[in-house]
Order: sequence, then structure tokens, then C-alpha cells
Amino acid sequence: MPDFLLAYQSLFAFIGINGLLALSVYCTLCCGQLSLANAGFMAIGAYAGAILTQNFHAPFGLAILAGTILPAVFAVPLGLPVLRLRGVFLAIATIGFGEVVRLAFVNWDYTNGALGLVAIPQKTGLWTIWLALAFALYVLGRIRGSRPGYALEAIREDEPAARTMGIATTRYKVSMFALGAALAGLAGVLEAHLTFMVAPNGYGFSRAVDMLVYAVVGGTTAFYGPVIGAAFLTLLPELLRGGGQALGLAPGPLRLFLNGAILLAVILFVPNGLASLPAAMQIFRPRRPPRSAALR
Amino acid sequence: MQQAINGIFLGSIYALFAVGYTLVFGVLDILNLAHQAVFMLCAFAALTLVGQWGMHIALALPLAAALGGILGLVLERIAFRPLRGRSDSNISGLISSLAAATIFEAIALQLFGPDVSRFPFGSFPDRPLHLGHATVSALQLTIVAISVALMAILTALLRATPLGRRIRAVAENPRAARILGVDVDRIIAWSFFISSALGGAAGVLFGLAFNSVSPDVGRSIELKGLAVIILGGMGSVTGAVIAGFAIGILEVFTVARIGSSYRDAVSFAVLFLILLVRPRGLLGQAATREA
Repeated sequence: MPDFLLAYQSLFAFIGINGLLALSVYCTLCCGQLSLANAGFMAIGAYAGAILTQNFHAPFGLAILAGTILPAVFAVPLGLPVLRLRGVFLAIATIGFGEVVRLAFVNWDYTNGALGLVAIPQKTGLWTIWLALAFALYVLGRIRGSRPGYALEAIREDEPAARTMGIATTRYKVSMFALGAALAGLAGVLEAHLTFMVAPNGYGFSRAVDMLVYAVVGGTTAFYGPVIGAAFLTLLPELLRGGGQALGLAPGPLRLFLNGAILLAVILFVPNGLASLPAAMQIFRPRRPPRSAALR
Repeated sequence: MQQAINGIFLGSIYALFAVGYTLVFGVLDILNLAHQAVFMLCAFAALTLVGQWGMHIALALPLAAALGGILGLVLERIAFRPLRGRSDSNISGLISSLAAATIFEAIALQLFGPDVSRFPFGSFPDRPLHLGHATVSALQLTIVAISVALMAILTALLRATPLGRRIRAVAENPRAARILGVDVDRIIAWSFFISSALGGAAGVLFGLAFNSVSPDVGRSIELKGLAVIILGGMGSVTGAVIAGFAIGILEVFTVARIGSSYRDAVSFAVLFLILLVRPRGLLGQAATREA
């Protein structure tokens, strides 16, 4: 068993990081907001952490802390005006934010512009990543059954009604936006110290879409759904590598195609994600009233 | 003067691209993020027709645009129609269009590879023309003429034909349109066809203008297109045309005055500013805040 773990160490590490990213998207999705800004937050976290350990020789713990908190600090002033916007407009504004962050790093000489930072000390171990993931799951799991958790659900189902009931919708939405930013930043720091490098092009639009795909495929009605989606989609290309080669398809396009096809299939046929499949399979149980779809 | 001409040239492509975006949004209230993938695939299609089959560009352009229209129909059928009537169709439609875009991109990557492809030399007879102190190439002039003509045709179609009237009726209120005997599904399919054909034509013109096509060519124009429809007002075709030229001109002047690294920053600055100050854009009417 240890041999097995060793051989697939990087795969397990990326499952953990992608799980964190998926959870960061879940934070906004679970109150009905579609945000594509998390790749930008991830970049802020990754750069902040990398600069601290590389240029200032700060301890890794401090880098993690800074990389987690800084994106959240950026998220609050961005979220306050932007979260007032209706679904589609929020998506557009956050796409724009992600690009602005990427362009800022491309044009910033201190971080080597488009080349990015290299030779970052490797400090992330497998256990750090999984500890972080467990912590994030614990926090989100605790929120789930609590009073704020019910408030978030109410906001997702019907925001005006929730506000009428006296729920401070803006405060909840901005808090979750900031929490998502923090998780994305955390994943950014961990990844930067795992792969030794950060470059602006690693945090573009397609990265934001990848995270969204993990979360939606896994399902957002349960807090652990996004992690399942991330694990599934990270493992899948490895499992299918042999088959793709046999068909003469390059791995890059094949992975992209599968991501798209799976996302489409899930959104059409399993709108509550893979995590809802076990419950959906139990057809012999007495039917409960159908839950409304997870996204709005 | 020279800058203004370049700006109009760039703006005409942005406008043509964004008009397709805004048409679908106006009718369905859904942002079609696969629009840029259609744009990219049509550019590749024209490139293949001209480069490998030796077709004249004047024939390849309408063929590629027609292909774009067909892609639009496919898109509507697989990614949008099944979601219609679901309570969350606003966001799930956006996600399914992202999925379709990913699939299209994967296909382009597999067929054409990740590198930049170019039109063969001399596929468009080009010569510089002099207008006062400024220089315009015949290619630029043709591109502006074609896109302006296409946008004029679209406007006329929406204003004066039975199809256009039905599209506007569905955009206004799908249920009322259905009660009055409009085949709503069919009208939506038509709007996708028109929108994607225009997006495809924009792709071919873009490919000709900059003579480089790669599978990620749609990415940057997608963001410009978003800025254009936000500035123009979501769902407003006239607004998108005006905003397209405005952003094109603004971008060219920024590059000339401040520097090319801030080229893309312009559209985002515009985008944020409009979203904060006037989310419905210049000519938009829809309420953009929920309740």
C-alpha cells in the first residue's frame, strides 16, 4: 500500500488541491451566485505565498496564512458592489475581475511578468493538502446545519423572500464570497509550493471554468459533492489515458472533451450532481416531494 | 486620423461578434458562452476551405458563416433546449454553454493543433489606399464594409420582416408570443442560427484581418464581446453596434497613447464601470437587479 501511495503521490496531491478549488466555487454557488473570480483569487494567494517564502524567507505557515487571508481582503470590496448584480451580470463581472488579476501579474515586473516566479521552495506535503481539505470540509459541514446555513439555503431558493424574512442577504453573500476567495487562495499557496512555480497563464479563464466544472459535476446540494467531482474528474484522464492512446487521440484535447461532455451530461440529466446519484437510485423508496434544482 | 480608422476597423469586428451575443441574450435571457467557440471554429473552417481546398475567400466566407449557423442550431438543440422551463435555466444555461464551448475547443485542438495557423499568402488581394494622410488597406475597408452590411441586414430583418417581428415578440414576452400563435421554439432556433452565423462571419473576418487563428483565439474576443454588450445594454442590437465601435476606437487610442500592455485593460475598465454605475448599459431596458 505505501508503494501505491508513493507512486500516485502527485495525483493524490492534485485531487486535494482541486477539491479545495471546487469547495471555493461551492461557497458562492450554495447561495445561488455564480462567480468565476476564483482563479483570480487563487493567483493572488499563490503569488502572495510565493513572494513571502522566496523573497522574504518567511515560514511556510505564515505564507499559508497570508495567501489565505489576502484574497479574502480583496474579495470584500469587490463583492459588495458586484454581488448586487443579477446572476449573469455577476458572472460577467467576475470573469472581468479574473482577467484583470491575470493582466496585472503579466504586467508586473516584480513578479517577472508573463514568465512568473520559478524555483519556489517545495514545502507542501501530501498531508498539508489533505489537512487543509479536511479543515475546509469541516467548516462547510458545520455551516450546513447551522442557522447561517439555513439562511444561505433560503437565499438560494428565493432571495427577495429571504430578505423579506429579515435575512441580511448581502452580508451572507459577501461572507461566502470572501470564504470562497480564501479557500481559492489557500489552494493557490499549496499548489505554488508543490509545483515550484506560478505563472499568470495558469490562472486564466479556463482555470476558473475547471473549478466550476468540478463543483457542478460533483453536485452542490451536499457540501462534500464538489470534492467528489474534483476527485472524479482528476482521476478520469489517468484512467482513460490508455484508451485515448489506443484511439490515437492526444491527451490534452481528450481531457478537454471529456470535461465538456461530462459537464453537459451532468447539467442535463443529473442537475444535482454525482453526489445526488445514490439518493436518486433508490427508486423503490416512497417518493419524497422533488427538491428544486441546485442552481438558480 | 490613422488611429480612428484602425479603431473603426477593429470595432466593426467587435460589433459584429457582440451583435450575435446580444441577440441570443435578448431572446432567451441566457448568456451563450459558446459564442466564442463558434467564432473560432468558423475561422478554422474558412482557413481550411481556402488553404487546403483552394477555395476563393469570397465563397469560403458565406460557407463558413453557414457552418456557424448550423453549429448554432446544434448548440441550441443540445445545450439550451433541454434546459428550457427549468427554474434555474439562467445559470444552468450558462454552464451548459461553457460545456459546449469546451467540447468545441477540444475538437479544434484535436483537428488543428494548438499552434497558430495562417491563411496562405495572397488569399486576399491587398493593396494600400491613401485617404488624406492616413493609409487604409483594401482588406480593412472590405472587412468594415462586410460587417457594416451584415449588421444593417440584421437590423432591417429585425425591424421589417415577419421573422424579425416574431423574434422581437419572443424577446419581449415568450408566453404572450406563444398565445398569439408564434412557434417560440422555432423562433429561438432561428435566433441561434442568425447569431452564430454572424459570430462565424466575425471569426472569418478576424482571421483574415490578423492572419492568425488558434484554438484559443476566441478567448480574448469573448471578453471584449462581454464588455461591448454590457456597455451597449444587454439585448440591445443597436447598443451593441455603437458600443463595439466605441470600444474598438478606445482600445486603439489606448495602445497609441499609453502602451500595448494596457490594451485589454480598457475593456475591463469599461465593463466594471458600467456594471457599477449603470448596469443596464447605454441602451438597455431590462432591470438588471433582482427584485
